Amino acid sequence: MIDPAFLWSTLISLLAGVPLTLKLASGSVALGAVLALPLAALRMSPMAILDWLARAYVFVFRGTPLLVQIFLIYYGLGQFRPALQELGLWTFVREPYWCALAALTLNTAAYSSEVMRGGLLAVPHGQIEAARACGMSGLLLFRRIVFPIALRQALPAYGNEVILMVKATSLASTITLMEVTGIAHKLIAETYRAVEIFICAGAIYLVLNFAVARVIRTLEHQLSPHRRDAPQRRFEPTHV
Amino acid sequence: MSYVELMGFGPNGWGPAMLTAAGVTLAVALCAFLIGGIVGVLGAWAKLSESTPARLCADAYTTVLRGVPDLLVLYLFYFGGSMALSQIAGWFGASGTAAIPAFATGALAVGLVSGAYQTEVFRGAYLALSRGEIEAARSVGMRGWLMFRRIVAPQVARYALPGLGNVWQLVLKESALISVTGLVELLRQSAIGAGSTRQPFAFYATAAALYLAITTASTWGFQRAEAYALRGVQRV
Amino acid sequence: MRVAKILALAVFGSGLALNGAAAQGKTWDTVRIATEGAYPPWNFSRPDGTLDGFEIELANDLCARMRVKCQIVAQDWDGMIPALNAGKYDAVMAGMDITEKRLEILNFSRPYANEPASFGVGKSGPLAKLPGDGVRYDLTANPAEGAKVIEAMKPFLKGLTIGVQVSTNHAVFLDTYLRGAVEVRAYKTTQQHDLDLLAGRIDAIFGSMSALRATFENPDFADFKMAGAQFSGGVFGRGAGVGLRKSDPELKLMFDDAIAAAIAEGTLQKLSLKWFKADLTPKD
Repeated sequence: MIDPAFLWSTLISLLAGVPLTLKLASGSVALGAVLALPLAALRMSPMAILDWLARAYVFVFRGTPLLVQIFLIYYGLGQFRPALQELGLWTFVREPYWCALAALTLNTAAYSSEVMRGGLLAVPHGQIEAARACGMSGLLLFRRIVFPIALRQALPAYGNEVILMVKATSLASTITLMEVTGIAHKLIAETYRAVEIFICAGAIYLVLNFAVARVIRTLEHQLSPHRRDAPQRRFEPTHV
Repeated sequence: MSYVELMGFGPNGWGPAMLTAAGVTLAVALCAFLIGGIVGVLGAWAKLSESTPARLCADAYTTVLRGVPDLLVLYLFYFGGSMALSQIAGWFGASGTAAIPAFATGALAVGLVSGAYQTEVFRGAYLALSRGEIEAARSVGMRGWLMFRRIVAPQVARYALPGLGNVWQLVLKESALISVTGLVELLRQSAIGAGSTRQPFAFYATAAALYLAITTASTWGFQRAEAYALRGVQRV
Repeated sequence: MRVAKILALAVFGSGLALNGAAAQGKTWDTVRIATEGAYPPWNFSRPDGTLDGFEIELANDLCARMRVKCQIVAQDWDGMIPALNAGKYDAVMAGMDITEKRLEILNFSRPYANEPASFGVGKSGPLAKLPGDGVRYDLTANPAEGAKVIEAMKPFLKGLTIGVQVSTNHAVFLDTYLRGAVEVRAYKTTQQHDLDLLAGRIDAIFGSMSALRATFENPDFADFKMAGAQFSGGVFGRGAGVGLRKSDPELKLMFDDAIAAAIAEGTLQKLSLKWFKADLTPKD
């Protein structure tokens, strides 16, 4: 029943979609991180209005399905072509790639900002006090003390978010983008062999996610020298 | 047509259709969540069991269904699901045709995916159980089903509640994907309205608002449930 | 364990026996017909959700002739054929053309409508003067002429983006003759590519003429029209027929006889003129 030749040819066809999947995933994660940090800062700001703005953003983007966000940006904004042309944004909204990237970015920024906020809040206050006692403040304090510790705390949850983003790129296929899931859908509709194509496409995503998980784990390991074993001391006899 | 006319309850209004579709979304999400709950309990039981094949199967299940995009799982069920059921029926000797409606297909697919997440939630909740309680129960002679019913299940339910709240939000949002199977839930109804009136923004914005309403109500509900479940427990 | 197996067998058996009795025997009393419900004027959904269109009326007429009860259901286009073979319904009437590729896995009744495909373009765009305007080319009877006019159209189409519905013969046509020359975007429904044409994301759409005509009748699409040559035959097959499972040969005979009777009595022509404003009855 399972035909190895078909599986192989399917795999080759699906691999053609991997570059687009990776571009969407890495692009949205990177841009999302850039957007998430100021959002997290807004959420922790003493000014109530700024906090409320960030809360509203996170609420909307975490409370609605990503697919609705994609359709809203792609088809919804497409309705306002003249206005967008005047603003010079039409070249972006015209292309499904930019619409998908925008939707994915805005979505991951909401989740990532919460992850980052959790990481920042988890920095032990004692460390900050000690740093202040040494005279550190402002950017130096953030760069040397707060950020590395926050990053380490947030990394497991952030790793999850990256994996979720890799999976979320599959939704871009609903607006005609031919990444892995888009090609899989086309192949299934043509050959009607859903199980075999699912196996190939699923395998590709599992490999991608495994690679991401590996990278995150290595990063965690690098950032946690205090959890690694102490360097071995060779036993040397002392001279009495 | 103004927005109020478009979404209203008048002769050309899409209000009733959108609200009905929101109802379908809730229904399919609930079914998927319940299916996921059953699968999750079984999966957690398998993962915590002593038999290696059970553990391996459960591991494979959670790894695959959490690592593969939900859209792909849905396509598998949508394009291949009926065929699988007919084949299984064929093995039993019946040579008829079995049809699965779109609702069941969607609920099953999303249910299986949420089951993978619920497995982890239940497993974590079980591991959070204090060993002392189980020892105490054993020492008074409780075994098996009685211990499960009186000691394990209530506490696991309490610890699992926050995680389950997250999974419910996930299921609610994944129900939007079921629109690709043709089931007329909220997103699908918005797409139909958008295509027919050529006003996609109004429809998708309304859909977003309705999803937000359901999400908010759910969050409130789960917060109440957590407060009730954790009454009397000292929280860190 | 044994009890569980017997119980499961009983449940399955009883559930499927009922279905099996209806589908397996030589006598059919109910035929479930699937249609897309989003392809006017062939089939579409009215605002209240009920189905209407050329194929719905034709289906009711054919079922009356076959003396069976009709159950018409809506099904998304991309899942149409797998669901038929899986037994979700017994027949497909959704403007599905009879092609060699489909005949490998399906059976078809004789065709009940044959109409060409064409491009839908903007009235003031680069494609407004596409050559071959309004002339019909049969790719089975005259492939050379068809290839010539396609070559003539290529310079106009080069580098542009064309929208088409996924898994249709229109998509196959673009892939066969214009691969590499144009960027093809495949959409799940025709409504989606209509929306994108309106938004200006794609430069043209390629679909069946009746569907294009129905779309462009809408005042929103006043700036669009059909252009270029019209194509039939070849990758488009012999016209639209009723899709059936290979395991139901008696159903094919029933449909064939009913369609023949409908043509003989002029009912098919009447319905065709009503919905398509043209007689699309195949001249077989």
